[in-house]
Amino acid sequence: MLRLPKFQVAAPDSVAEAVALLEQHGEDALVIAGGTDLVPNMKHELFTPELVVSLANIRKLRGIKQAEEGGLTIGAMSTLSDVAASEQVRDGAPALAQAASLVAGPQLRQMGTLGGNVMLDTRCQWYNQTYFWRDALGFCLKKDGTLCHVVAGGNKCVAAASNDTAPALMTLAATLVFEGTGGQREIPIHELFLADGIYNKKVRGEILTAVRIPALAPGHRGAYGKLRERGSIDFPLFGVAARLDVAADETVAYASLAAVALQARPVLLKRSAESLLGLRPGTRDFERGVDEAAELAYRQCRPLDNVPGDSDWRHEMVPVYVRRTLLAALEGSGPVHHV
Amino acid sequence: MAARDNHGTDAPWKEGFQVVGRAHPKIDGLAKATGQAIYTDDIQLPGMLHVKMLRSPHPHARIIEIDVHQALELEGVHAVLTGADLPKKYGVIPWTPDENALATEKVRFTGDEVCAIAAIDEDTANAALKLLEVKYEQLHAFLDPFDALERSEPQIHDEIRGKEVRGNVSKNVKLEFGDVEAGLEAADAVVDDNYFFHGTTHTAIEPHCAVAQYSPHGVLTVWSSTQITHYVQRALAHVLEIPEAKIRVIQPCLGGAFGGKSDPFALEFVVAKLAMITGRPVKCLWTREEVFYAHRGRHPMHLHYRTGARKDGRLTAVDAKILIDGGSYSSFGLITTYYSGQLLTGPYDFPAYRFDSTRVFTNKPPCGPKRGHGSVQPRFAFEVQLDQIAEKLGIDPIELRRKNFQGEHTETVNGQRITSNGFLRCLDEVERASSWKERRVKLPRGRGLGVAGSMYISGTNYAVYPNAMPQAGVQLQLDRSGLVTVFTGGNDIGQGSNSVARIIVAEELGLDPEDVRVVAADTDLCPVDLGAYSSRVTFMVGNALIDACRKVRKQIVQAVAEDWGVPTARVWMGLGEVFDLEDRERTLSTREAFHLTEERFDTLGATGSYNTPELGGDYRGGTIGASPAYSFTAHVVEVDVDEETGRITVENCWIAHDCGRALNPMLVAGQMEGSAYMGIAEALLESHDVNRFGLHAGPSLLDYRIPTSVDTPELHALIVESLDPEGPYGAKEAGEGPLHPSVPAISNAVFDACGIRLKQLPFTPGAVLTALRAKTGEPAPVRA
Repeated sequence: MLRLPKFQVAAPDSVAEAVALLEQHGEDALVIAGGTDLVPNMKHELFTPELVVSLANIRKLRGIKQAEEGGLTIGAMSTLSDVAASEQVRDGAPALAQAASLVAGPQLRQMGTLGGNVMLDTRCQWYNQTYFWRDALGFCLKKDGTLCHVVAGGNKCVAAASNDTAPALMTLAATLVFEGTGGQREIPIHELFLADGIYNKKVRGEILTAVRIPALAPGHRGAYGKLRERGSIDFPLFGVAARLDVAADETVAYASLAAVALQARPVLLKRSAESLLGLRPGTRDFERGVDEAAELAYRQCRPLDNVPGDSDWRHEMVPVYVRRTLLAALEGSGPVHHV
Repeated sequence: MAARDNHGTDAPWKEGFQVVGRAHPKIDGLAKATGQAIYTDDIQLPGMLHVKMLRSPHPHARIIEIDVHQALELEGVHAVLTGADLPKKYGVIPWTPDENALATEKVRFTGDEVCAIAAIDEDTANAALKLLEVKYEQLHAFLDPFDALERSEPQIHDEIRGKEVRGNVSKNVKLEFGDVEAGLEAADAVVDDNYFFHGTTHTAIEPHCAVAQYSPHGVLTVWSSTQITHYVQRALAHVLEIPEAKIRVIQPCLGGAFGGKSDPFALEFVVAKLAMITGRPVKCLWTREEVFYAHRGRHPMHLHYRTGARKDGRLTAVDAKILIDGGSYSSFGLITTYYSGQLLTGPYDFPAYRFDSTRVFTNKPPCGPKRGHGSVQPRFAFEVQLDQIAEKLGIDPIELRRKNFQGEHTETVNGQRITSNGFLRCLDEVERASSWKERRVKLPRGRGLGVAGSMYISGTNYAVYPNAMPQAGVQLQLDRSGLVTVFTGGNDIGQGSNSVARIIVAEELGLDPEDVRVVAADTDLCPVDLGAYSSRVTFMVGNALIDACRKVRKQIVQAVAEDWGVPTARVWMGLGEVFDLEDRERTLSTREAFHLTEERFDTLGATGSYNTPELGGDYRGGTIGASPAYSFTAHVVEVDVDEETGRITVENCWIAHDCGRALNPMLVAGQMEGSAYMGIAEALLESHDVNRFGLHAGPSLLDYRIPTSVDTPELHALIVESLDPEGPYGAKEAGEGPLHPSVPAISNAVFDACGIRLKQLPFTPGAVLTALRAKTGEPAPVRA
């Protein structure tokens, strides 16, 4: 078995203590939530922190609550299986419940948390490997080296955002509550991510404490579609979240699409979603709108050889999954998944 | 003396089988389920050191210099080994010893073992690895078998066993039986096509592990997760240059093997040598990544077949040319090369056959035997080709197979003796169970049914080192407590061979199965069995057990009959009791019967053995693939093809397997389901691949995709019992044969579903979409 490097563990009772530890130790400290991603990454020597700050004892980070102003507040340490099973989330944010239900496999969802999935490290087939393997290959620019094996001669890391819940939260216009030594702040999720595979988030040294989902418009429909080879365990080869708000006049008043497992950040497919606005489901125009949305998504999404598998096939699946996920959202079915 | 006796197919006692033929849980099932079973890695000895290995970062390179000084100086490091410490070459096949435990002059694939470090714990050993310095001179790496075939320089191996190697050819076998060209000319239809079977590996859940201890008296004990205890003992003696009598090899409980633990491996030699040097017990547990490098999995094969048939479907000739990608070492490759041709000659009869198989070395992890060794790949190509013939001639694919059935008690075109053969019943069973006739043509588009058949060996008469001694030996000890202990060299690798031993002994001696214990795979305690490979254990150890049991049974019956003053024919034993058949009031417990017998004959026990009869064709290599009995299988697979995503879903797999007599139907069904699962996995998901840098594409259980429970279709095991005249009570193998047809049956079902022929493995969704487009003439999407 691969060995874990040696490290210290701190398990404070409060966020304040946790962020103080992070500030004190700087780059030598990392946060652990469920550990389902960090532990294997540490075994691969991708991270070798001296101190691991566990959030397990901070009780207020758990739980799913109806917010006073409407919408949901989900503690960052809520497990993915709790999020997937929650009636409140299934009713109030169906795409999120579906995305959470398809992360990894059942055992990992029991440990893995929503906050951990939002803050997931980017992934690449040339990066998520053992030290020996990466050394034999020649270290890449995401870790220990200067080469890119995805884009020959590339000098910008294109490791893929692989968090299923991120696109779902983006279509839901969720905001993220971070706490640092300077206090709390709340930022919209679509502003969190950067196009840099080495570290694809704007925030450092702060702890994600909660995810807030605004109250949904009446007529909200949402779904998530996930492409992967097996029916469980695997990270997405492509993931897409769809949202359609159907107004009282039965036309699409608002639409949103977001995709993941392409490049370093999850992306909003704005033009694609716009092609559905004002259309009435059940009409030929709507069908054409869906086709157009799928075609625009195909043009915008360019899968790279960053995650394992056939990137041409992944590309071909973009319009298929966009179309199927939109229709699933409309029907109130989903998730779109092959098993 | 009894080695070649046949024991018949009947129950040993007049009133039929008491134990055989019923479902019995595995002998070690509860121990495994509760965590009590002791695997090799569970062994902890006082003062034990831990080993880590340095591996080559290059696919092909010459070693210029190894500097171990800094590593040796690290506190906690006890010893460092390099190739120079273990210079003797070995190989599981004595004709092709081309491996060193640690590389001597060259490394031949990324992951080849170079140095080994023993330290007080794993972390210290790992830290010391980073202090080793090795200088390499890189050489051209052969990643493509065609390149290896065409280019002879640089050679991956210069010589093996003093014999020069021809370029990078590991083995070539050309054999021809009958007049192939005439047969093809006489045919009304000839199909000529190419097929590719990719590499796959075993993925046993337990990684390889070995522990060694060296006593002050010079006795070396090695515990190893091996399926070939006896061969490991011989290989250790050869490499370490100490007598076999000074070596004890023990196989603890094993977490799966599938052929991946049937070579001697570097870690066994390394822990042994380090235990001898340090005087401490030494353990090495490989990581999952290292298991992928150890490999010995399915050989990738490029296969070309030409098959001719008359209008009525009767085959006239088969012509095969196969290029086999062997990876970096020989392993079982000599056998693989023969098997790729020799095992195709059933269950169908064809009058002319030729094969030309070439195995080449490449700079990749070494290939070897995986479940269905050497014959799964050609079977895939041939069974798809048969479907193409059926299509061409307008014959139902099951009917075509029936028409070419070779029959029972016959001889194949390459001179192999066929005894029992239940293949027709296998076809009947899958045809019935799948409602083939009613459903095949009526299924909606995207749904299809496909059939395929196969044959496999129940052991072979080719021991890897030639000798006239029995292939299987057993010993029984009958205790005064009523307990019988079986000592067998046979390796239980999870297939249930110890459970089979218990059932046979309980049946023969009329015991409650709980009163039989099995001690297996310990070379100090158990008579030699050659090991768990070639699906030989039930057949051979089973026969040896019957042989041994009948010797003591005779004594027990005689002692009881004398005590009772009745003829021996009146004594009956069953489920722990001994009766007088004509006076049911007169009974003894088995325990009491053992006492009477021990009083009459002294300490009770017996040995038993089995050896194969003379078999095989009268030509060089004619014994390779010659088996005392062959199993037969037919599958029908039902698929659903999503023509938009290209994804194939197997909805149902009906598996009919002729296993002779099912000694324990529960275990037989388990083997059938497990085999089909593995075949479907190879067809749809798994790929053991080396990337353009010569590195394994993803040596982890995340990247190497084996199906999860939600990816596994409904598997329907349909046991067919043909009762083989030479098998124990008529039993044959069940562990490997049922894998073969799943792969071609999927391809054939996809053809039925949407009219495309998948001839290249694996059947990825991308490949399906490409084939669908090729059929309709639609252009591939352009990446805008």
